[in-house]
Amino acid sequence: MTSNGFLQIAVYVIVLLGLAKPLGGYMARIYRDKSIRPMRWVGSIESLIYRLGGVKPEQEMRWTEYAAALLVFNLLGLIAVYALQRFQSYLPLNPQHLAAVTPDSAFNTAVSFATNTNWQGYGGETTMSYLTQTLGLTVQNFASAATGMAVLVALIRGFIRRNQETIGNFWVDMTRSTLYILLPLSLLLALALVAQGVVQTFSPYQTVALAEAVSYEQPKLGADGQPVKNHEGKPVLEKIEVREQTLALGPAASQIAIKQLGTNGGGFFNVNSAHPFENPTPLSNFLEMLSILLIPAALCYTFGAMVGDTRQGWAILAAMTVIFVALVFVTVPAEQYGNPVLASLGTDQAPSAAQPGGNMEGKETRFGIVNSALWAVVTTSASNGSVNAMHDSFTPIGGMIPMWLMQLGEVVYGGVGSGLYGMIVFALVAVFVAGLMIGRTPEYLGKKIEAFEMKMASVAILIPPLVVLGGAAIAVMVAAGKSSVFNPGAHGFSEVLYAFSSAGNNNGSAFAGLSANTPFYNFMLGLAMLFARYWLAVPVLAIAGSLAAKKIVPAGSGTLPTHTPLFMALLIGTVLMVGALTFIPALALGPIVEHLQMTK
Amino acid sequence: MNVMSKRSASASKKPVPASLFDSRILLEALADAFRKLTPKQQSKNPVMFVVYIGSILTTFLWFQALSGKGEAPAGFTLAVTLWLWFTVLFANFAEAVAEGRSKAQAAFLRSAKRDIAAKKLDEPRYGSNYSKIAGSTLRRGDVVLIEAGDFIPGDGDVIEGVASVDESAITGESAPVIRESGGDFSSVTGGTRVLSDWLVVSITVNPGETFLDRMIAMVESAKRQKTPNEIALTILLVALTLVFLLATATLLPFSLYSVEAAGAGQPISVTVLVALLVCLIPTTIGGLLSAIGVAGIGRMMQKNVIATSGRAVEAAGDVDVLLLDKTGTITLGNRQASAFIPIKGVPEKNLADAAQLASLADETPEGRSIVVLAKQKFGFRERDMRALGATFVHFSAQTRMSGVNLESRQIRKGAADAIRMYVEEQGGKFPQAVQTLVNNVARRGSTPLVVAEGGHALGVIELKDIVKGGIKERFAELRQMGIKTIMITGDNRLTAAAIAAEAGVDDFLAEATPEAKLKLIREHQADGRLVAMTGDGTNDAPALAQADVAVAMNSGTQAAKEAGNMVDLDSNPTKLIEIVETGKQMLMTRGALTTFSIANDVAKYFAIIPAAFATTYPELNVLNVMGLATPDSAILSAVIFNALIIIALIPLALKGIRYKPVGAATLLQNNLLIYGVGGLIVPFIGIKTIDLLLVGLGLA
Repeated sequence: MTSNGFLQIAVYVIVLLGLAKPLGGYMARIYRDKSIRPMRWVGSIESLIYRLGGVKPEQEMRWTEYAAALLVFNLLGLIAVYALQRFQSYLPLNPQHLAAVTPDSAFNTAVSFATNTNWQGYGGETTMSYLTQTLGLTVQNFASAATGMAVLVALIRGFIRRNQETIGNFWVDMTRSTLYILLPLSLLLALALVAQGVVQTFSPYQTVALAEAVSYEQPKLGADGQPVKNHEGKPVLEKIEVREQTLALGPAASQIAIKQLGTNGGGFFNVNSAHPFENPTPLSNFLEMLSILLIPAALCYTFGAMVGDTRQGWAILAAMTVIFVALVFVTVPAEQYGNPVLASLGTDQAPSAAQPGGNMEGKETRFGIVNSALWAVVTTSASNGSVNAMHDSFTPIGGMIPMWLMQLGEVVYGGVGSGLYGMIVFALVAVFVAGLMIGRTPEYLGKKIEAFEMKMASVAILIPPLVVLGGAAIAVMVAAGKSSVFNPGAHGFSEVLYAFSSAGNNNGSAFAGLSANTPFYNFMLGLAMLFARYWLAVPVLAIAGSLAAKKIVPAGSGTLPTHTPLFMALLIGTVLMVGALTFIPALALGPIVEHLQMTK
Repeated sequence: MNVMSKRSASASKKPVPASLFDSRILLEALADAFRKLTPKQQSKNPVMFVVYIGSILTTFLWFQALSGKGEAPAGFTLAVTLWLWFTVLFANFAEAVAEGRSKAQAAFLRSAKRDIAAKKLDEPRYGSNYSKIAGSTLRRGDVVLIEAGDFIPGDGDVIEGVASVDESAITGESAPVIRESGGDFSSVTGGTRVLSDWLVVSITVNPGETFLDRMIAMVESAKRQKTPNEIALTILLVALTLVFLLATATLLPFSLYSVEAAGAGQPISVTVLVALLVCLIPTTIGGLLSAIGVAGIGRMMQKNVIATSGRAVEAAGDVDVLLLDKTGTITLGNRQASAFIPIKGVPEKNLADAAQLASLADETPEGRSIVVLAKQKFGFRERDMRALGATFVHFSAQTRMSGVNLESRQIRKGAADAIRMYVEEQGGKFPQAVQTLVNNVARRGSTPLVVAEGGHALGVIELKDIVKGGIKERFAELRQMGIKTIMITGDNRLTAAAIAAEAGVDDFLAEATPEAKLKLIREHQADGRLVAMTGDGTNDAPALAQADVAVAMNSGTQAAKEAGNMVDLDSNPTKLIEIVETGKQMLMTRGALTTFSIANDVAKYFAIIPAAFATTYPELNVLNVMGLATPDSAILSAVIFNALIIIALIPLALKGIRYKPVGAATLLQNNLLIYGVGGLIVPFIGIKTIDLLLVGLGLA
């Protein structure tokens, strides 16, 4: 690694952690219903929304009511996005006259954006009308992020309250998250991105002549959108010569801002943040990368502030950061080291003034090794999933880390809200085992962790492996699953495993290389995303309800402190052990063996 | 209730099977290990049930292999199958050993009960004819006569008479207590002894139905309810088992796909998958979990405490607040003479002389302490009563004083009002000065004894509370465990504060009434704290029922015992500290073995993963860091290690891991180092050793 690489990573981490306290403190005030002077005028909009929606903001909900509201709201959003896609050809703001999206793809996309996954089986500029993008996908980017934050806030209330049955009002938490946090931040970021050259327009695509004609071969697609195969089962290739190009445009900046801030990750264009209109400059790259982890990291501070002990928040943030930084320093060097097979052919992969060196396949030259590899770790540690480089082209180890980060359950920062509530579930497990080891009924922040919490925590921890491993197992057993795998051997297996790891943890990043826009994958991955999101959110709300009803045990010298380095180590150990023990066999057959074959 | 006397109680501490491996228990446990192989028994423990199913599956695979159609060599399948069955049997054995030990202890407690002869009255009144029968045959409603010198044959209520009763056998306090019909002092306890006068007692329990009997029976039947933490832990273990079930089950399709993709090798065999699954799921803790629980209750019994449920023992580990009675717990049950305070005109030496004479034949600790004080202050040596021609006047329930009659002198000592009556009877006048002295002493929290000779009161002996030796250190220990101690006393605040400071308790409740105790407990509970207390009186019963952990003294009333969830046979109130430790040990042992069990998995992966895919991806042999000889020996070594570790950890499960009050963080750090880091390292060594042995013996 170059010293410039170290510097860039250091700047990123320092800025991220530096913003955690101001933003986290602001969010804590928002959730504690404190008014914030410059935002006071928003209050009238807020009360207008409540009046229009018939919501009584002071009316609190039990956890079951809260969960029901959440599910209904998400279901309605899912249906709306499905309908927008299916009827987009009849609706305005469709200058390219894009046809209706196929039912399976529309289902997959609707689920994907409702669950904050933003797995994209489609290519944005060739599939979605401006109306679908703005009214459907962008709105869901806000709603799904706010849903995650609402669940988290409800869980935090569970810790704060004693002997109470309610955990807050879902509609209020949604409204306040969107109005006071997501919208203002998105506005700021969108303006900054537009300044950097990100497009924001409703005008149709522009056609321009190429300076030089280009010809290439690509798999021929049949009427069903699937590759046509010859009698050997290999895809038929067709030769294409291109003299002019269409420049896809659209209201991109507004969607990209929330796509990053809400850890959604669904690109406006097919190649996501590798596209020059989505992410034109190193500065836009830095801002987008920063905004991925900004809210998840700051929410840790919010958590600490709300439970009345900021050390608790810092401890969790520190545990996340330790895992994050450690894994950055696996991926970046793996990519910078390059490919030993190419080295044996005499290519120079050393970094120099003239080249970034390392494994540049699938990476944008304006970002280079460090910012591509760092982005890969950032986007998979948060459940963002936007990409600025093709993860499929990473070295086996460089690609394994993003996959493993997702398999850890998206708790190292994780999605907005969902990352922290996932991490708190791990903390409950860690506290439980640790509590036993010191001879006390385990307690976290004064709440006793008993059978019910363990049951719900177990469900939450069990679901992602079930979805990921179960889904991948089905995919490699059935013909419909295997036929989409184009790469041979262990790498092909990695692609399938990556797809399910991504959907099964609501990340949405794609390894590519897998032809996933098929009815089989659209359906399977859609199911994976649904299970991963709601089978986790509901148990977490159940924990919130159960905790809120408990007393708060005052801390004494027999209480295990949960803000110490020891506890952080235990938390890190729990996350890594569960992730490692669950996925090592599968990883051994994918990236690990691929790496061993490559370095043989 | 036919409780044992102090002699048998203290004797029972030793002969309880102390050896972990009493051969009779082990043999019985061995047989039980096989008896527990029924599906019904196995299904109670989800983790071991998976091993059980796996064993059955590989047994079938072995038969299949024998018929030549197997997926793996018959010899290898048989070896794996046998060790899987051993794993199940070892877990059964661990549980059976723990149960056997508990049963043996219960049987011993039963046998230690002593039979007392009873005088059963034909009619429920004093003076009726009686027949002598064995105390154990007494039934509820029977009425017995107990005369001076007799043991009380069973728990009951006094319906007639007043007597002083020596309850020292169970309370440790040698001062006799008064028992009389009606009121709070009507309850008598079996095994205590009537010293003076007589009592007519109505027996309140049937043989074999006493509280103690019921509890012993419950422990014996080994019908054990899971404790809350055990349930929570079981849920976690089931979740982990499911995760590993997923990880291994999906390995079959992954392996099939990999064989197809690589175009080489054989897919993983079901035998290996089952072996991998059993190695990964937390069998170590799963196999020992129930043994830990049974052993916890057994360990309490070794300490002569009978717990009505494991839940209570476990809750003891969580206690935040400990309520302790001052008398008998914090201070010696007996007060000791600390000063002679004469009235004006009487030299102190004279008072000391009279007090010493009155106490020479008084064998109570108070009496002895007076003699000792007289010797310390004035060098009075003990005098021979007979040489002086003295007759000792015993303490009686009616007079409530004791003393001595010499030829010309009559000396009495006793409580102020008793002496006042005596003095006035003698025609003397009880001077106001004495009453002032009495009041002063009482205000200091001490007990005044008035000494009178003939018709004249000489002065007051001050009896002071003596804080038990070493109690301060125990409270410091409790503080380090995170437990707050609160002293409960009927004394006034000043006295209570003085003793509290001397004993080093964190807080005190002075002038305690039953209502005040109950209120105190409720307040702490409302704050989320768990409260433990000890008690023996009927007036303690509401507080005992309210407390989360309530230890009733065996010497206490039936009501107290029914309200508590543990009974201390030794009636030693400081036992609570040991009970707390045992509760903590139970939790710690579970936590430590869970950590150990999961940490073990890392080494097992390194053993099995390269072996399982050796034919498809030989490159994975890089992960064979232990250098295990062959794929078969690697898998077998992991399975054998997994089975043997259960046996190796049985003693730890039964004894519990050691608890040191060093604070939560240090404790966690120590246990993480031992059982977490140790759990990572030990299997690498163990599996390698077993592999070397297998190769050395030519078995692999």
